[in-house]
Amino acid sequence: MSEEHIKNLEEQFEARIARDEKIEPKDWMPEKYRKTHIRQMSQHAHSEIVGMLPEGNWITRAPSLRRKVALLAKVQDEAGHGLYLYSATETLGISRDEMYEQLHTGKAKYSSIFNYPTITWADMGAIGWLVDGAAIINQVPLCNTSYGPYARAMIRVCKEESFHQRQGYEIMIKLANGTPEQKEMAQDALNRWWWPSLMMLGPTDDVSVHTEQSMKWKLKRKSNDDLRQQFIDQTVPQADLIGLTIPDPDLKWNEERGSYDFGEIDWDEFWQVVKGHGPMNKERMKARVGAWERGEWVRDAAMAYAEKNKNRKDKQAV
Amino acid sequence: MSDKKNWPLWEIFVRSKNGLEHRHCGSLHATDAEMALENARDVYTRRNEGVSIWVVESKNITASNPEHNGELFEPAQDKVYRHPTFYDLPDEVKHM
Amino acid sequence: MKNENLYKYILGIADNSLILGQRLGELTGHGPTLETDIACTNISLDLFGQVRSYYQYAAKIAGDDRTEDDIAMLRKEREYLNVLLVEQPNTDFAYTIGRQFLFDVYHLAFLKELQKSTDLNLAAIANKSVKEVSYHERFSSDWVKRLGDGTEESNSKMQEAINDLWTYTDELFHQTEADKAMVKAGIGVDVTKLKDGYYKQVNELLEEAALKIPESKYFQKGGKEGIHTEHLGYLLSDLQYMQRTYPNMEW
Repeated sequence: MSEEHIKNLEEQFEARIARDEKIEPKDWMPEKYRKTHIRQMSQHAHSEIVGMLPEGNWITRAPSLRRKVALLAKVQDEAGHGLYLYSATETLGISRDEMYEQLHTGKAKYSSIFNYPTITWADMGAIGWLVDGAAIINQVPLCNTSYGPYARAMIRVCKEESFHQRQGYEIMIKLANGTPEQKEMAQDALNRWWWPSLMMLGPTDDVSVHTEQSMKWKLKRKSNDDLRQQFIDQTVPQADLIGLTIPDPDLKWNEERGSYDFGEIDWDEFWQVVKGHGPMNKERMKARVGAWERGEWVRDAAMAYAEKNKNRKDKQAV
Repeated sequence: MSDKKNWPLWEIFVRSKNGLEHRHCGSLHATDAEMALENARDVYTRRNEGVSIWVVESKNITASNPEHNGELFEPAQDKVYRHPTFYDLPDEVKHM
Repeated sequence: MKNENLYKYILGIADNSLILGQRLGELTGHGPTLETDIACTNISLDLFGQVRSYYQYAAKIAGDDRTEDDIAMLRKEREYLNVLLVEQPNTDFAYTIGRQFLFDVYHLAFLKELQKSTDLNLAAIANKSVKEVSYHERFSSDWVKRLGDGTEESNSKMQEAINDLWTYTDELFHQTEADKAMVKAGIGVDVTKLKDGYYKQVNELLEEAALKIPESKYFQKGGKEGIHTEHLGYLLSDLQYMQRTYPNMEW
């Protein structure tokens, strides 16, 4: 293909996206589009899978049977969402095993929020309410993203996730309306998860790379700062409603902007966690790699059995 | 890892209720058709989404080439006489 | 309690599902593939669903203000009446599957009989559960075959798990006093009658899975009387942690 030809194809390609047409797996696409999508989609899938760990941590200790089944179903959904997203990414010519390899060797990233520990039951509430809340803000626009398989996976994910945030907020309501000890547990969880949730929406616009390209390809519809503002504006009243205090002394309604002003985010902490030095980075990776390695003989056995079985069937057919 | 055989990929089609067609809902990994059905049941019908499942190993699907879309699909665009709106009817004829 | 025997009988059934569901719940997020992870969680969810129906019914029978959660999480170790089999740990995936298979075959046969119970509440729970457990049994049987007849390594792991768990199978067919009274009343299932069919089915599948049928004739029992293996205490400290640490609160 000549350079001019490629340039021509690229122009047509961008025009299709601008017209809101979807790109499907076998369509021609610029190499950068493919790579960017592999990176973002696999990162998204990894976040679901690693995200199972902090919540999975409380399945055996859930305080009631009702809470236990809800939490089990939620963590299971995360496995499902990881699976949908890995499958969608596989349409771009990378296998799930290769993506795992990238995760396990630290080449691929996942959402850094999951590198914080879940130390009390209230953390299940805070994660559902805040972390899923922030995730939804990020995810809903992706239902319209330009890559067909990603958009379809996200539609399914968003539909299923609608109970997740409620599940978390309901836990917080119960705690906030419970005994002083329970309310304290809820406030403590909010204190610990608030700032990491704000960081989860990504670095500020002035240092954020990829944004312009991502906007064009509809991998992003709003900037990180806009998303963060949206998250804060919708979450603060929810905290007020149940009598919990957002741990930010600078938080203040700004009449003029019609939004909340908020305090400085500790970006050093963010980068520390992103670079692998959060409180739980090592444990999370150990758990993922461990599960994968312990499962190897199981996967091999199932494959060997399927082959034997096929041979037996083929022989019978002769 | 290179000499290892990974679980192949399967495409999953689910009929949401009798009377409707099976629709593609996604894919998953399984060692054989039986396992693909079981996995599909667990992965894609957790919320009552289905009454019937088809599984097809992805490599067995032959897809048309988008580069041929012009010759494959565009010729049908101007065959308007295949659609009822092409034909003029007197206003008095309400249903046809 | 007026219906002491019925109450105990229900707990005997439900505790099996509770403890096994709890064991499977430990694995969520740690399965050998995403697909199997999701499948095991589904089984766990089915079991907890059954548990809630049984305990809610038991709570009604007790007739005081106890709840399903009190029954699930606030008894002492000796008051749990599950069989020893279901409390055995997830040593590796072969143990998880072996435990599931050895229990599922029993569980399904049991529920099919319980559907005929003169106690309509129990019959109704059995009716609903029998479909779920039919699937569990198919799932675990398929996996025993895959692991037994897979690779040399998986065969030896599966064999080891079956050998170790075998000693807990005989207890499934023991009757407590409450069991006997309930059988007499037409409410309970006579598990002694399930034994031959159980071993026939299990043995056939083990053979199909290229596994040896364990020869040991020595069996462990005690769970149904509340005398457990050392594993249960740790499981209960997780299960009960919140209710014990923060008593009398709502969640």
